[in-house]
Amino acid sequence: MTTAATIERLESDAPSTDYDPYANEVLDDPYPHYEMLRELGPVFYLTKYKAYGIARHAEIDHVLRDPATFCSSAGVGLANFHTDTPWRKPSIILEVDPPMHARTRKVMGGLLSPASINRMRTMFEREAEELVDRVLAKGHFDAVTDLCEAYPLRVFADAVGIPREGREKYLLPYGDMVFNAFGPVNERFKSCLAKAQEGAIDWIAEVCRRENLTPDGLGMQLYKAADEGLLEPEEAPMLVRTMLSAGLDTTVFTLCNAMLSFSRFPDQWDLVHANPSMSRQALEEVLRYESTFHSFYRTTTHEVEVAGVPMPAEQKVCVLIGSANRDPRRWGETADKFDVTRKAAGNLAFGTGIHGCAGQMIARLEGEIVLAALGRRVKRIYLEGKPVIHYNNSVRGYTSMPVRVDAA
Amino acid sequence: MPQITYVQPDGTRRSIAVNPGATVMLTAVANGVEGIVAECGGAAMCATCHIYLDEASQPFVPPVSEVENEMLESAAAGRRENSRLGCQIAMPAGVDEIIVHVPTHQV
Repeated sequence: MTTAATIERLESDAPSTDYDPYANEVLDDPYPHYEMLRELGPVFYLTKYKAYGIARHAEIDHVLRDPATFCSSAGVGLANFHTDTPWRKPSIILEVDPPMHARTRKVMGGLLSPASINRMRTMFEREAEELVDRVLAKGHFDAVTDLCEAYPLRVFADAVGIPREGREKYLLPYGDMVFNAFGPVNERFKSCLAKAQEGAIDWIAEVCRRENLTPDGLGMQLYKAADEGLLEPEEAPMLVRTMLSAGLDTTVFTLCNAMLSFSRFPDQWDLVHANPSMSRQALEEVLRYESTFHSFYRTTTHEVEVAGVPMPAEQKVCVLIGSANRDPRRWGETADKFDVTRKAAGNLAFGTGIHGCAGQMIARLEGEIVLAALGRRVKRIYLEGKPVIHYNNSVRGYTSMPVRVDAA
Repeated sequence: MPQITYVQPDGTRRSIAVNPGATVMLTAVANGVEGIVAECGGAAMCATCHIYLDEASQPFVPPVSEVENEMLESAAAGRRENSRLGCQIAMPAGVDEIIVHVPTHQV
């Protein structure tokens, strides 16, 4: 940690823009704005937030693969933890650099590896069939509450091993607050924090305690890792909290984005319905086309040049992964087309490099299973009303989406 | 120019010219080689770039790292002695060819 003051740049070598990534009208539809940003240049300067920005795939990939230069210990939101007080104790996996990072990452990575999570497949599939039973019986329903929230709140929270009571009330507001923190400390974040202080923060702390976890869930495995000396005792509940922060809202919104995309593009749903075994590939295209997580930050640890643009040390750099996933330089002329026959692997929805989402394989597992279950039994998904966007500083999803499904 | 040769389960071979440092995974993805999925984009997290390294190429490639070794437990097609993650194998300088065998499935 340094004590260098954040250097304020009033002019920089990068083209400037007063673009506000957090304005409601941008969150309504960021994609035309992303095109504008990509066209500005490989690096630009956000005057409103005094941060550099990168919106193209190649440069984002480069930045995320160089954690020594673009660090996370200064926080992955706008606040610089080297100079400002963090809003909460920094995450011991997300907001740390090597070598500390490697230790916590190794434990989480092992817990969430494909071999480890594949043990949950049977349970996830059974829950998905029951979920499809319920929504088919209803016919008309709110995709957000009845499907996209219901499924992860059941299967992922069960996988972690927390009590069932209180999940609907407290889990999502907690994650909402965490993801708002990846942007500025604006009104949206403050009101979200206030809401979470009405019970969610205390509830999360309570359910992360060892005595409240099921004996063979992911949460308990963290305590066992601490028993074996792989983690400090106080780190186990912190990492349970991390899993709950990072793993719910995101999967909920990914499912929302899937339902919306397939209702808007029924020809794409026809393909999945005709061949449900392509559900995993289809989910990958949802992640690319309508990414859940849109932007976060890194901080330069020394002077560096990216694509010929010099950046001083201690600069915040906004990494717009939502834009990278629509970059025609990477995805071709059809970058803005939702196409489940595309090979979307290699997109940046989960980031990449040492901080690439540790839960990405379980997220894919949930998405694949839900889409396959729906694919087998649902002929078509109709949007029956305007979806209500959930505004958050870094993730995109919905609070309401009235739909109707036709059984196959 | 050095090359990476991909051998499919049915015996079909495809060789791609590469520069030193190019990884087996990225080369496959960039050139549309079938059977290498690379869901995590090369972060050694998904084990979907699993390949079997040809015996002839073993001497030229560093041994399995700890991270790679752990991830290979997640490989969908059976793990063998010569299982590797394609994202962790880079074309060494001064070597003419690396040969890898693509497994039947990655997920």
